Amino acid sequence: MITREQVLKIARLSKFDLTEQEIEMYQKQLSEILGFVDQLNEVDTSEVEPTFQVTGLSGVCRLDEVTESQASFTDLLNVTDLPKVAHQILVKKVL
Amino acid sequence: MILENFTIASLKEAYKNNKFTVTEVVQAYLDRINERNKLTNTYVLIADEFALKQANALDEAWQQDASLVDKLPLFGVPMGVKDNFTTQGLETTACSNILKGYVPPFNAPCVDKLYAAGAVCLGKINTDEMTCGASTETSCFGVTKNPYDHERVSGGSSGGSASMISENLGVFSTGTDTGGSIRLPASFCNAFGVKCTYGRVSRSGVLSMASSLDTVAPLTKTALDGAIVLNVMAGKCDKDATTIETTEDFTSELGMELKGLKIGVPKEYFEHGTDSEVSSLVRKALDFYKSQGAELIDLSLPMTKYGVAVYYIVSPSEVATNMQRYDGIKFGQIASDAENLDDFYKKVKSRGFGPEMKRRIMVGNYVLSAESYEAYYIKAQKVRTLIINEFADAFQKCDVLMAPVAATAAFKIGEKAGDPVAMYTTDALAIPSAIAGLPGVSVPAGFTEAGLPVGLQILVAQRKEALMFGVAKAFEDATEYYKRVPA
Repeated sequence: MITREQVLKIARLSKFDLTEQEIEMYQKQLSEILGFVDQLNEVDTSEVEPTFQVTGLSGVCRLDEVTESQASFTDLLNVTDLPKVAHQILVKKVL
Repeated sequence: MILENFTIASLKEAYKNNKFTVTEVVQAYLDRINERNKLTNTYVLIADEFALKQANALDEAWQQDASLVDKLPLFGVPMGVKDNFTTQGLETTACSNILKGYVPPFNAPCVDKLYAAGAVCLGKINTDEMTCGASTETSCFGVTKNPYDHERVSGGSSGGSASMISENLGVFSTGTDTGGSIRLPASFCNAFGVKCTYGRVSRSGVLSMASSLDTVAPLTKTALDGAIVLNVMAGKCDKDATTIETTEDFTSELGMELKGLKIGVPKEYFEHGTDSEVSSLVRKALDFYKSQGAELIDLSLPMTKYGVAVYYIVSPSEVATNMQRYDGIKFGQIASDAENLDDFYKKVKSRGFGPEMKRRIMVGNYVLSAESYEAYYIKAQKVRTLIINEFADAFQKCDVLMAPVAATAAFKIGEKAGDPVAMYTTDALAIPSAIAGLPGVSVPAGFTEAGLPVGLQILVAQRKEALMFGVAKAFEDATEYYKRVPA
């Protein structure tokens, strides 16, 4: 069972402002989901290695070359609606 | 022109016989979309001007070089592009409010490949938000209705891509399958849905959901079309380090002999609430293969029941990680009323993401936290190994596995809303193979008494797509269910 405090903590880490109603809903649903996945504890995995990559590739490299991109630096910069100053995106103050 | 129920193969034949120009064909599809899209909510952006420009360029090139129809595998073939594919000049939102208004300045490499092969983009297609869902109900543009019953869902997340096929609003569509997102809607909408080996098609420029699971592939009417499009899309890409070498031709096994084919039938896929009508349609398909000389081998895959639990740890973990980038700075919606940077992030994310995304991001951040990481994330990746091993053992005994795609036909809109676990288990029969990175297809296998489509799932070992297309085509040729269009 996930506590209200845990929901608030995860929401803070995820940068979500939740309403009172959402906190209640997610507390219930997150508890149900984590309760559901708990069934994995039935499986003995003491001798099993975890898998992170399914096709067996490892250490894939490419040449470190400058290549042409479809989008120019300016194109990429123009995507944001935030103001730009000297080819940089101006964001809100940190504190 | 009168729009026939074209496949890639039949449309190209028509071009070769100079029956139509590309512009005529594209205009006819656009007319149909503009007239019928409101019935199902398949397209979220109709790219009239863009498509006609592409068509015109192809017609002009064709006039210069009559052999272009033969040279380009998808010459003049109209397609719908799922909205999580980055398309230069066409708004790309993955049906999330957080990306409303985002017009990318580049194409995903696989989209470039499709354009270079002559395909024409008719527009962007509905999906669950960031492809997280099994019904398209989480899309910020609303649900895509099932063409065979407008009170039901088309499946998800590639629900629009599947309804596009049966609604005949394009000749093929692009999709992504992370835990069933191509095969499930294909089954619900009578489409041919391809899931390829993990890494077969570049994920670059395709908005990431769960990076160790995401695969990119087409939905078509037929197995031949599926193989043709996958031939175009597949291959190593220096922008996606997980892509695998592709040298084979996916059409090579079409027309293959079925005699001696070993078909594994995993009993777990017919238990646990699999609907009797679904089971009986799939059994009928198995009978067909047997009548052609294939050998049916009863198997047990006991790890099947843990697939959904593994998936709902691994996939939210990767979703939470991938969704970090949507912070309103470089693209997407901004929050003009924010007081400081932290407030900006909170406002952007809280307003931009829908409930399912918030749920998955929070589950992911919880299971990845220091105190839960071993118990959940590592545990799930260990069970993943066991699922992979179980499939590997099965493919020692058989060439292909056959089973239903889903336990039921399309469910009612709203039926599973508010119950995330019920929605998650919708993909119980499609998830295990995705966890193992296996290819598979959903091929139309008939209809329930209520007239709802049901798909036969054919799974093969990694890199065996050619076999999968060949096996699927034999059944398709004998049944031609794809020709049965909605009333």
